[in-house]
Amino acid sequence: MAAKTFPIEAGHIMMFARSVGDDNKVYYDEDHAKGTEAGGIIAPPTFVQSSAQFDPDYFLRPKVGQPWFGSGKNPTGVDRSAGDGGRGGGGGGGGLHAEQHYEYHRHIKPGDVLTATTKPGKTWEREGRRSGKLVFSESVTEYRDQNGELVITARGVGVRTERPVDQKQEA
Amino acid sequence: MALKASNLKVGETHTARVVDDLKRTQIVQYAGASGDYNPLHTDEVFTTQVAGYPSVFAHGMLTMGMTGKMITDYVGDARLKKYGVRFTSQVFPGDTLDASATLKEIKDEGGEKVAVFDVSTVNQNGVQVLSGYAEARVDP
Repeated sequence: MAAKTFPIEAGHIMMFARSVGDDNKVYYDEDHAKGTEAGGIIAPPTFVQSSAQFDPDYFLRPKVGQPWFGSGKNPTGVDRSAGDGGRGGGGGGGGLHAEQHYEYHRHIKPGDVLTATTKPGKTWEREGRRSGKLVFSESVTEYRDQNGELVITARGVGVRTERPVDQKQEA
Repeated sequence: MALKASNLKVGETHTARVVDDLKRTQIVQYAGASGDYNPLHTDEVFTTQVAGYPSVFAHGMLTMGMTGKMITDYVGDARLKKYGVRFTSQVFPGDTLDASATLKEIKDEGGEKVAVFDVSTVNQNGVQVLSGYAEARVDP
């Protein structure tokens, strides 16, 4: 994710915590949060994922004046024969999130302004049992604060599958 | 509130239910907050008719976020040092998830005690949907 500027905002943290079903007051109630070890509102552990909101080019967000592959009048808003239908989840399977890792150098709080820098990592392939050939690719994102200090290191792995994942589950 | 190394036993497991009967609306909330609007998560028409899945399914990061609540409720606010996961199965609307942290070891790191946990989340059928680890600072 390439957010040039990722402002950490209290309202955004509150909405994010609600969306993951986390009602811990340290994520929305400043008076409560002051009395905790956090010393004030902090963001939940996976919050930096929402830096996508501040990436102008993030491809999984509809953009004004551009085709969107979700449904409207038709099941998909793009002409698949034009070869633009596979982004994010084409008929053959598409991209899924395989792994995510975070290292916290400090806990971020409202008022911080982060900068994210992403570098590609390794890529590898293997044959999957439930979805054909799997192509994995890794990326490492460093989030730095307004003082240039590294606050979170994130490593993500995405996978593209040859076909949709077979739903026969084995316990 | 905070965990104490002297009270923890290797192999001990803490478990919490992190969602009961996952609603499509919660997946929509996560899409809106995170900014990941991939139709695979919220658009049933696209997901069934174009992508070929039986229904919309949760963002992997929603499962990681919900599992994160189990961890931070257990270890305390602002204590987490590392948290990483692999997504091992998809999570669908209607799923009920139980997340657990099992103490693997307590190590000394820069003058602090750090607890290392294996993390696992399973659905109502006992299928693991997430597997990972977490490291958190604990009191001596």
